[in-house]
Formats: sequence, structure tokens, C-alpha cells
Amino acid sequence: MKSHGLKLAVAATVGLAFTAGAAVADTPKSGGTLNIVVGSKIPSYDGHIESTFGMIHPIRPFYSTLIRVNPDNPSSPVDFVCDLCEGSVPAGAEGGTKFTFKIRKDVKFHDGTPLTAADVKATYDKIVFPPEGVASSRKAYFKAVDSITTPDDYTLVFKLKHPTATFIPAVAMPFNFVYAKKDLDANGYNWHQRNINGTGAFTFVEHVAGSHVSGKKYAGYHHKGRPYLDGYKAISAPKMNVRLQAIRGGRADIEFRGFPPKARDDLVKALGDKITVQESDWNCVLLLTPNHEVKPFDDPRVRRALSLAVNRYEGSKYLSRIAIVKTVGGVVFPAHPLATSIEDLGKTVAGYNTDHAANIKEAKRLLKEAGHPNLSFTLHNRGVDQPYRVVGTWAIDQWKKAGITVKQWVQPTSPFYATLRKKGDFDVSIDFNCQAVVNPIADISKFLPTAGNNYANFADTELESTYDALLKAGDEGSQKALVRKYEKRVLNDLASQAITLWWYKINPHRSYVKGWKIAPSHYLNQALDNIWLDK
Amino acid sequence: MTTAEPFIENNKIPDGKPLSVRFGRMVRAQPLGAAGAFVVLLMIFAAIFAEYITPYDPENSSYEFMLVGPSADFLMGTDQFGRDIFSRVIFGARTALMVGFICAIIGSSIGLVIGVGSAYFGGRIDLYVQRVIDIFMAFPLIIMALAIISIFGNGTDKVIIAITIPFIPRCARVVRSSALAVREMPYVDAARSIGYSHIRIIMRHIAPNVMAPFLIMLTAFLGEAILLEASLSFLGLGVQEPTPAWGLMLQGGTEYAESAPWVAIWPGLAITIAVFGFNLFGDAVRDILDPRLRANS
Amino acid sequence: MYSYLIRRIFMLLPTLFGAAILVFVLLRLVPGDVCDLKFGGEGGYVDPEQIKMCREMLGLENPMYVQFYEYMKGFLTLDLGVSMWTTKPVTEEIAGRFQISVEIAILATITSIFIALPLGIISAVRRNTWTDYVIRGISISGIAIPSFWLGILILLGLLIFTQKYFGEPWMPPVDYKSLFDDPAYNLSQMVWPALATGFRYSAVATRMTRSAMLEVLREDYVRTARAKGLIEKVIVNRHALKNAMLPVITIIGMEFAFLMGGLVVTEQVFNLNGLGKLLVESVEQADFTMTQALVMLAVAIFVVANFVVDVMYAVLDPRIRYG
Repeated sequence: MKSHGLKLAVAATVGLAFTAGAAVADTPKSGGTLNIVVGSKIPSYDGHIESTFGMIHPIRPFYSTLIRVNPDNPSSPVDFVCDLCEGSVPAGAEGGTKFTFKIRKDVKFHDGTPLTAADVKATYDKIVFPPEGVASSRKAYFKAVDSITTPDDYTLVFKLKHPTATFIPAVAMPFNFVYAKKDLDANGYNWHQRNINGTGAFTFVEHVAGSHVSGKKYAGYHHKGRPYLDGYKAISAPKMNVRLQAIRGGRADIEFRGFPPKARDDLVKALGDKITVQESDWNCVLLLTPNHEVKPFDDPRVRRALSLAVNRYEGSKYLSRIAIVKTVGGVVFPAHPLATSIEDLGKTVAGYNTDHAANIKEAKRLLKEAGHPNLSFTLHNRGVDQPYRVVGTWAIDQWKKAGITVKQWVQPTSPFYATLRKKGDFDVSIDFNCQAVVNPIADISKFLPTAGNNYANFADTELESTYDALLKAGDEGSQKALVRKYEKRVLNDLASQAITLWWYKINPHRSYVKGWKIAPSHYLNQALDNIWLDK
Repeated sequence: MTTAEPFIENNKIPDGKPLSVRFGRMVRAQPLGAAGAFVVLLMIFAAIFAEYITPYDPENSSYEFMLVGPSADFLMGTDQFGRDIFSRVIFGARTALMVGFICAIIGSSIGLVIGVGSAYFGGRIDLYVQRVIDIFMAFPLIIMALAIISIFGNGTDKVIIAITIPFIPRCARVVRSSALAVREMPYVDAARSIGYSHIRIIMRHIAPNVMAPFLIMLTAFLGEAILLEASLSFLGLGVQEPTPAWGLMLQGGTEYAESAPWVAIWPGLAITIAVFGFNLFGDAVRDILDPRLRANS
Repeated sequence: MYSYLIRRIFMLLPTLFGAAILVFVLLRLVPGDVCDLKFGGEGGYVDPEQIKMCREMLGLENPMYVQFYEYMKGFLTLDLGVSMWTTKPVTEEIAGRFQISVEIAILATITSIFIALPLGIISAVRRNTWTDYVIRGISISGIAIPSFWLGILILLGLLIFTQKYFGEPWMPPVDYKSLFDDPAYNLSQMVWPALATGFRYSAVATRMTRSAMLEVLREDYVRTARAKGLIEKVIVNRHALKNAMLPVITIIGMEFAFLMGGLVVTEQVFNLNGLGKLLVESVEQADFTMTQALVMLAVAIFVVANFVVDVMYAVLDPRIRYG
């Protein structure tokens, strides 16, 4: 509800109409081609391997998934609906360890092959139990899966080792493209890297390397009456400026990742009501990760001082004008039921107190006590403007105001990760946690000392055991309590990492683009089957 | 043997007039060059006295004053972090001059040594050195810059290294071709027959006589270094925040090109005027130093 | 002449080999690789096991000398392998972009000739007059403006101008259609970067034309022509221009080679799907196979252009003789 209030506030100040209510009343029209600009590059087409929106935006419309985030209510982090299955998303039977999906009988692949449960099983076997030498990026999300079986041609059963709240959101991941078993059998596991045969709303037309991907309407699509578009074209445009001007100059209709606030203002100013803006909290968050192996960041007092010196509330107010960040929150996506309220965070976690003068005083005291009253260090950052470098520069200024001197060391993405993962020769780094489906319990595994993407270099048995209990917790009440415990341990007691601000997604698009609703992630709601053009 | 003496000596150009007289003549004969020299001097002044000229700390953010247009309080407005752009432009002159001068002087000096050496020794050494120079001249700058900055980090000093490296072969190539002609001069033969050491012949007899191409390259590099820094910033490989640097300011400002145009216009103009000035100045230096052109003026 | 040609061709080989070593070493000195990006560049969950598997599959776990051997073998057998990022053959990825870069380089070179020749000649003939100063000022401003800034100003200027005068903001196309399929569409995209780049590179060519003309105007035969009482226009056109062309052709030829490998910034600003953009992207993605191929292509174009210029000199200038 909170984020909804924010949205209305923005709508009032900028004077924009949000499509949310209006779209429902209109009857969708068929026809037209949607031009999308995409800010990242297409690697291979295999969703089971790749993790970039550069692949999702152009390729996802060719495929279907077993279940998906409700395209008519994508802002809800808990509303999932069937795509290839029938009825509603199954609740776990046998104490939450057995999920039975009824597969639709009217689905055909683009090459004419009918889809059965065997295809879905073959797909999930590739994702969950890949053979030796076959890569699968999201294998770890399905650690709890014990077996996948098909009692008949249109029934699929997942058996879990233990109940877990992470399972259904993991199945809804947009990367889990359903492939045909015969393609995998005949052409092997690498075939989908360079070939496409899905059941999605659009069929593949062409991919001109580095330029664009285009698709045309699939007449045999299983959601009857859809898609509304005749086709779409996803044009590659790595520079933000080009994407922005392309929408303004009518070369593109929409961009799905998000624009900075000033770009939105420029578009609205130039085109008025020809532009509609949708905004949402974003399931990505920027962190400050100190390297516990480097002195003095082995001292929790120093780490806590770093977090205390950052004024999150002021940052939310001012940074949200120049960067794609906005919302103050803890480790859990702020709009999810499991998230801790700001008030509670203010009481229990260092750095969330609204009295910033007191925070600064405490930070200085801690630094003095730790023997580093004139701390200076280098902040490691990723060479991407939005929001990394903007937030990095802001953080440096915040620390400067607390008497800490910081220089910035920016690396292009690939060496940036090598520094975090292999070399570990940094003091403090900007780091981020960015997930597709909002799946808090899986998402906060980022803060586990043993997680592959925790770069703080420390060990803590309490965190591990709390997380283990959380993973298996059945009811929401105990999940909440365990999340609180985990969060306080990470952000306050250990101060192993600090959270700056959650991202804020801003999607200005041509007003004639209807039917698309913003989701809390740039990976979600990208099947394009519900979009239509009101021209 | 008098011709064997250095080309420029005791502040004099060979026609015997002191440099000051020639300078006066230059302003009249080279109004563009004089304008260039003025820009260069202005930059040097700004760089040296930056602390006294600027009203604010260039790295100090005040978020209440984000993206404020030019006014009496902020002559050139403020940037996205609420920093005074005028102060950043003035301090940016320091960064720009440092990058420009260090890159140009080191790049062309190493180039001079390599070029003269390669020409003087000739034969196989020349052949090998020239092939290495070919490699570096043909090699895309971005790969080199990325490697240097990824390996060593991106302080101003690393940016300077990344920009200097491609200058070396270019200067070496030009100096070599002049030195080849000088090598054949009778006085070099004479010096050799007397038994002077290689070092002495190179330093005393050849290097001074390739000063013209050397200085032409050096002045050309001054402006180019500033532009390259801006290009590296555009690719995210340049000097980093919060350091005041024109290329960085311009790159960060492009996002506000319309809603707050002053953020990009001032650093953009600063770069353009500086490079313009260095080029005019460089052209004038070339006209003065190139004896063939001078002979006819 | 033939022995000179053959010797000159053999001298290209060490340059190519040296560049091959240099790019190989530099890429591997930069920390990080494509697997780091693919399996954990998006801030999601990271599985170190998957990264390791990816490295093994791409041969990145092999010792350096094995990787170098494979790379050299690929070049000698003209099998450049597949892109580590897209898994498509490198040659296929390059082919599509090549024509775009060639087109833009040609258009920019033509633009630069059209600007540089007349301006350079006028500037030389009217040496040290205000005409000369203005022309030199304009041409220097071409190199003084940072190219990405110029590009962004052009795009923004077009949008604002067209909206003001035609009601609808107009932007050049952001996707490519071949000149032969849709000439109007193609040119409406290409003309802007060609103008921006051509203006920029005309600066060097203008200066070169000017100084070459100045030099030639002092030659004895021009003096003779003057003494004979020929009018200045004839002298300039018939006698001086022809002989001033050699260094100008050199500069233009070298520029063309440079443009082919060097449109890195312009292609980004105007979203041209050319080799420069591909190079930046493959460097960012730590796509070793692709970057190596592109660097070698750039180096090859450069040395071949150098070679052609040398040969043209030998053919065009009778004073230059080779044993």
C-alpha cells in the first residue's frame, strides 16, 4: 500500500495519468508492431543459462513458462497464475512437499509439435538436474526438489525434500522457458543457445546480430484471442540517451528496464499526454560491502559506523531525483509481506534512525573507540552510471560529512566482478542484489557468508542456522520472526553489509501502448501477449 | 662546424632575434596563435590560482541546491549533486592541464628518444623498432586503455599512462623521418669521424635539429590528451568522481542535456575552448618552427 | 618495383604477429572473464560451480600456452572460432557489422573531402588574411568539440527543431536497413554521423591541403607559371593542385583506415551497429575470441592502408624510386 501512495504522490506532482485504472475499461484492439528499445546485449538464447534482461526482453515472448507472475497484477509479489498449466497454481500437498500441475492440452510448439507433460519434465530436468557438463544458472533455486515425474501425459509432479516457501516463486522465474523434449533429445542440450522453438505468443522472425530481434504473432497461441500485436521488434540500443530519444522521436514505443527521473521529466515535458509513466518499487538493492579481511573492516564498530554515516532518508528524497533509487528498506523487498517496516528498522538497526545527527555522533564515537577517528579508504564501484556511480558518489559525500575520506575506484563490469570474487583486494565495494521474481527467502541468501555472491569474506554460524530454519519454515508467522532475526544479525550486530536504497523503476512509454503493467522487476511480465496499441 | 650547433640556443631562433621580439612579431603575424596562447595562459592561471578564484569547494555537495541554474550565487549553476559548476570548471583546468602537459611532454619525449635512436642506428634496429611502432600505432586505443585502467585502477595518474602510450609511437614515427634526413648531413658524418660517442652525436647533433617536428607533435598532443580524457570518460574509463575533471563532468551532464543544460554546456565549452586554444597555439608554433614555411613569410 | 612490393608485404607479417601477441596478453591481464558475467553479472544468485564449468567449456581453464596455441592455430587456418558471448561464429557476427562501418567510413570520408579541399585551397591562396583565419578557426573547432557531445547535441537539436517547426519530434532511425533495400531510410540514419565525423576529420585534411598547397605554390614551376602571366586561378587549378594532392591523399587514406577501426564513440552515440560498437561491447563482455578477431581486423586494415598509400606514392610520384 505504501508504494501505491508514493505513486499517487508522483502522479499528482508531475501531473501524469497512470494507466492502471483506465486500461481495464478499454477493449483491446488487434494489430500493429511494438518497437522496444533494449539497453543490453543478447548473449545466447538459452534462458536456462543466461541471466540478463538483454536476453529476456527480446527472447521471452517466444516462450511460455509453467506458471508466471499474474500479467494483470504484476505489482503483487505473491500473485502467480498458470501459463502452461490449467486452473490455479497448486498449493503444496503432503505438508507442502508435493506439487501437482495439470498441463494444458491445447498447446503446440511453433513447429507444430503438441506440448505434453514430458516436455515440461524434460525442461525442468535440464534446469534442476543438468547432466555433467551442462550449465544451469538457476539449479540452486531448486535444491529442495527431490523428483519430477509425469504420472500421465498431462500431469507433472514435483516432490520436495522438505516444504519451502521458495519453490513456487522459483518456478515462476521468467528464465524457465519450456522446451520441446524432442528438440533436446534430437539436438542436444546446446541447441537452444542458437535456435528457438517455443510455445510463446510470438514466433521468431529474425535476429540481426547487434541490431534487433523481431517476432510475429503466433496464431496457435494457447491464451485464446492473444496476442493482440501483429508482431514486435526489439532494437538494441546500449546508450541510455539513444533509448530515451528513440521514444521521443517515435522510433520506439517503450523501454522495459527503466529511465532515470530526469529522463522521464524531459519526455513528459516534450510530449505531454502522449507519454504515460508507470513507476514501481524495484526488486534490486544497492549494498555497501566491506571486505572483512582488510583492516580495519574486520572491526564491526567500523562497519557499523559506515552504515550510520549514510543518511538514507535524505538520500531517498534527493537521490530519487537523479537516480533510479528511492525506497528505504531492510534486506527484504519493501513491498513484500515479509518486509520489516521502517519504524521497526529505526528501532532495531543502526543507520535507520531518523535523527541523523545522532547517527553521525554515534558513528564518530564508534570510529574513535575503534582507533580510527580519521578513517580513509577506497570505494570500489561498477562502471555503470545508473545507479552505481551516482549512489557511489553520494555515499562518498555522506562519509565525508562524517569525517571519513573516501576515494572512488571504478571498474568495468567484468574486472569489477573479478575483484569481488577472485582477487578480493578492495576495502569497501558497492554491491547489489537484484532478482527477478520477488522471492524474499531465496533472495536474502545473498547475505549468507557461504553464498556464492557474498563478497564480504567472513563466517558466521548463527546466520547459517537461522537461514536454514527459515528455508524450511512453513507458516508466515515463523518466517517473519526468522527474517527479523536474520536481518538484525546482518545489518546491525555484524553490520556485515549495509543497505543503501532500493531501486525505483520508472517506465515512461508512448500512451498508445496499452495493457502492459509495470512489475517490480525488469525481468517480469515480458511475454507481451497482453499488450495492444491504441492507435 | 658552427652548423653542428643546436638549432635553438640561448632563447634565440637562428635568425638572431631574441624570443621576445619574435613574440611581438608573432602576435601581429599570427593573431590566431596569439589567441591560442592567451587561452593557454588563462588556463594556466586558473589552474594555479584555483583555490583563490573559486567561491566553493568543488567536491562539496549540498543537496538543497541540486541542478540550480546559473545565478549570482552559482555563476554557472550547480550539478546533479548540488556542487558549484564554476568551481569545478576552474579546478577542472588543473586536471586538464596536468593530463595535457604530462601526457604530451612524456609521450613526445619518449617518442623523440626512440625516433632519433631508431633513425641514427638504422639497419636492423630501425627495422625492428619500426615494426613495434607499427603495432602500437595500429592497435585500438580502447583495448590499451581498458587494460591499463583495469589492471592499475583509474586515478588521474593511470588515465595519464593510458593516454601517453599511444602518443609515443606517433611522435617517434614523425621524428624518425626528420632524423633520417639529418643523419645524412655532413656535420653528422664529421662528428662521427672525429669519434664522438653515439650518445653525444644523438644529443648534440641530431636531436636539436629535429626539434621542429618534436615541438609540433608536442603541442598537438596537448589538446588531444584533453579530448582523449573526455572520450575515456564517455566509455567509463576516465578520471572518477568526485575529482573535478571536464570529461567526467560532461559525461555525467549529458543525462541533463535538456532539463539542466548548464551541467553539460560549461565543461563542454571548457574542453572545446581549451583544445581550440592549444591547437591555434600549436599551429603558430609550427609556422614559426617550420623553416620552409618561414623562409617565405 | 616488384621486389619492393614483396619486401613490403613481408614486413606486414611481423606487425600482425606482434599485434596478435599484444592483444592476447592484454586481454588476459585484465581480471575477469565472460563466465563471471554470464553466471553472475546481474546481481542474482551465483553458483561458483557453474562459473567453473563455463570456463572449462570455453577453454579458459587451460594453461596460457595452450590457449595461445589454439588462438594462433585458428588464425592460420582462418577459423576464428565462436563468440564467447553469443556462441555464434565470429565471422558471422563481424560480417553484418562490416558493411555498416564501411558505409559510414566512406560517407564520412566523402564529407571530409568536400569540406577540406575547397577550404584548404582557399586558405592557402589567401594565406594570412581574415578568410584564412576564419577557415582555420572553423576547421580547428571540428577537432576541439568532444565527439560524443557533438553527437548528443545533434540528436537533441534535431528533436527540438523538428518538434518546433513540424509539430512532431523526429529522430534518425535507430535500427539499420541496408542502402540497397531502403536508401532513404538508410541515408536518413547515416547522414548525421557522417556529417559529425566528416566535419571532425576534415580538420586534419584541411590543414594538410593548406600546407601542401603553400609548399607547392612556392615551387619553381609555379613561379614560372606566374612569370608567364598565367592567371592565378589557372595556376592554382592546373599546376599547384595536382601536385599538392599526394600528401592530401595520404592523410585521407590513413583517415579512412582509422575510421574503419576507430568509430568507437560515434557509433555508440548514434546507435550504429558497426565494428566500433561491437568492439566496445566485446571488450565489456570480456569476449576474448571476438575482441581478438576485431583487433586483428583493425590492425590489418591499418597496415594494409599504410601499404597502399606507400605503393600509391611510388606509382604517383616519379621522384620516388625503389630498387
